Amino acid sequence: MKSKLLSVPYLIWMLVFTMIPLVMIGITAFTDNSGSFSLEAFTSAFEYTNVFLKSLWIALLSTVLCLIIAYPLAYIITQMRESTQNTVVMLLMIPMWMNFLLRIYAWVLLLQSGGPLDTLLSAIGIHGNYSNNTGAVIVGMVYEYMPFMLLPIYTVMGKIDKGLIEAAQDLGSNKMMVFRKVVFPLSIPGIISGITMVFVPSASTFVVAQYLGGTDDIMIGDIIDKIFFTNNHIGAAISLVLMIFILVFLVLMNLFGDEEAIA
Amino acid sequence: MEQTSKKVIVSLKDIFVRFDGEVILNHINLDIHEKEFVTILGPSGCGKTTTLRIIGGFVDPESGDVIFDGKRINGMPPHKRNVNTVFQKYSLFPHLNVYDNVAFGLKLKKLPKDEIKQKVKKMLAVVDLKGYEKRPVQKLSGGQQQRVAIARALVCDPEIILLDEPLGALDLQLRKDMQLELKEIQKNTQKTFIYVTHDQEEALTMSDRVVVMNNGVIEQIGTPEDIYNEPVNAFVADFIGEANILNGIMIDDCRIRILGKELECVDKGFGKNTPVDVVIRPEDIIITAPEEGQLTGVVEKVTFKGVHYEMSIRCGKCEILVHSTKSTDIGTTVGMSVVPFNIQIMNKLLPFYDNIIETEVSYGSEDENYIEFKLEKETIKVDGRFYPEGTRLKISLPPSALSLAGDGTGDLQDVYIESVIYKGEHNEIILESDERKWLMLSDTDEQVATYVPLSFDFSKAEFEVLDPEPANGEGER
Repeated sequence: MKSKLLSVPYLIWMLVFTMIPLVMIGITAFTDNSGSFSLEAFTSAFEYTNVFLKSLWIALLSTVLCLIIAYPLAYIITQMRESTQNTVVMLLMIPMWMNFLLRIYAWVLLLQSGGPLDTLLSAIGIHGNYSNNTGAVIVGMVYEYMPFMLLPIYTVMGKIDKGLIEAAQDLGSNKMMVFRKVVFPLSIPGIISGITMVFVPSASTFVVAQYLGGTDDIMIGDIIDKIFFTNNHIGAAISLVLMIFILVFLVLMNLFGDEEAIA
Repeated sequence: MEQTSKKVIVSLKDIFVRFDGEVILNHINLDIHEKEFVTILGPSGCGKTTTLRIIGGFVDPESGDVIFDGKRINGMPPHKRNVNTVFQKYSLFPHLNVYDNVAFGLKLKKLPKDEIKQKVKKMLAVVDLKGYEKRPVQKLSGGQQQRVAIARALVCDPEIILLDEPLGALDLQLRKDMQLELKEIQKNTQKTFIYVTHDQEEALTMSDRVVVMNNGVIEQIGTPEDIYNEPVNAFVADFIGEANILNGIMIDDCRIRILGKELECVDKGFGKNTPVDVVIRPEDIIITAPEEGQLTGVVEKVTFKGVHYEMSIRCGKCEILVHSTKSTDIGTTVGMSVVPFNIQIMNKLLPFYDNIIETEVSYGSEDENYIEFKLEKETIKVDGRFYPEGTRLKISLPPSALSLAGDGTGDLQDVYIESVIYKGEHNEIILESDERKWLMLSDTDEQVATYVPLSFDFSKAEFEVLDPEPANGEGER
């Protein structure tokens, strides 16, 4: 009885700030300006299919890159002494304390022509502009979301019982085998939550592409951002479609995760 | 004695291990024979697990040799050693089922699949887990997990199985069953088992030989019978089984004085009027009529233990524990006698009784009547005494002058409690500081293997001024 009572504030919170807005988005997406039922907004939304696909592609690439960078890093950190581990994790987290926009600006400055990267490469005879392209968007995204990949993997890896590693060594595994047969399979839950935590926000992110991307590097988040000023029905429709895509992705991720855990 | 003819399979020679400046193993030597069930027994913190980990390859000794089958294997990583371990917490792989856990080592050896399957099946039958192949290990009970862990080690067919308190997490009944089962498995597989435990009963039940350790050294090695009947010192006697350990004086060969009475015994060679420790097992004391006994006492407590009554009998200031099949009423005076053969005489753990400090006064104040001297990097203040600076002193502190400072500020900080032995009247506590050992009496039961602050009561001490320092160097100790 008591435990139910305690959950009341959260239920109210969820109702007011999650359920009602969701329903409102649904209603807005399926109506026109006069307020009557209409699928017009969805028809218009499909004009953005290309942007949509590109956004998902960029999000996917960023997620994969985050994983490739964060996984070995997490492994290396867990091998350090406890005190060193805390310092390194702290150092990796500090950039996150800074404003999101500032960090993106920093990348704009770093990559633009005449910026530090350009100056450095010009010294060995390579000139160019490293901003305003898809690559720059991905770099920005990876930079923004890396910690969300690193932390869950690091946490799960750090919790692997040292006894299991010793047991594996005892049974004849060298370092490589210990990793393949024990550390990797046991770190999969961390990988899965890392992927989820990076893919979901990066698929719907905005601003990054506006600053770092070229003219055709606009992402679906930016479209939603803009279109809500002129037509909130289309905006709501796109949001709804994006939500469904992410939901499907999450369900797939969970299925994959369960299978891995059993195998 | 039959063991000596067998081949030595592992030999530890002069092993010394230190972690963070603390000595864990102090130059130990140990030979283990083929097909033997050896138990390393000792209180927690005595270095027994470290000894096992040295053989397993998880700890490298600072000095000393680990010899396996005639070859020195220091520094060889665990995966190259023909040794498998059953870990304290089992350490089964949670992501694998029973079959894959047991097959883990065989797969690494790249055996053909059919052979692996056959071996795993056979081994699961040995540990009584037929048909459990597909079960996830986390769904098994403690005893079943334990058996998987044993199967996982055994199936690799190592020459030695190391077992690190494998039954510690099981409840009493299951533990007893598993003890017999383990012994059975060892007999059937003809492997060398090295077993670590702090449970003396477990050690006596299962082992061919027992190695008793304390504070980084081996106190005694012998068959369970040897260790029980002929403990080499009070620590071993106290640790194995129940025992009355008393202070005695060896008057002459075969004559011992305990509790104010002179008794006959069978031990020789301790010299004349030598202080010794005496152990008498409670079941070796025979209750008689008061006038017929060698000793008399008053029954203070009687507890029914199923097979026998446990009686606490006060004999002068001492409390004596007696096991008897007949009960006696509380308050009655009884006689007690012991056959000479059952009085076991042992050398004292420490060669001294009073704690002697030889030192030099580092500061003396005549006005305020105190002196200071240095002891193991600490400055010790003695009130109510004055000697000029530089005076050489011999301070004799009887064991009763030492106490463990409850408020956390002692004269010496962080002194290690090496052993606590009940001598019928007080606990005799042996302490180890950085450079020496101390003997202390206490009525409270202190926890062994912990660090405590030690205080001195100099009002109980005797001071003796020594001749000035002789020319040849430091005179301390």
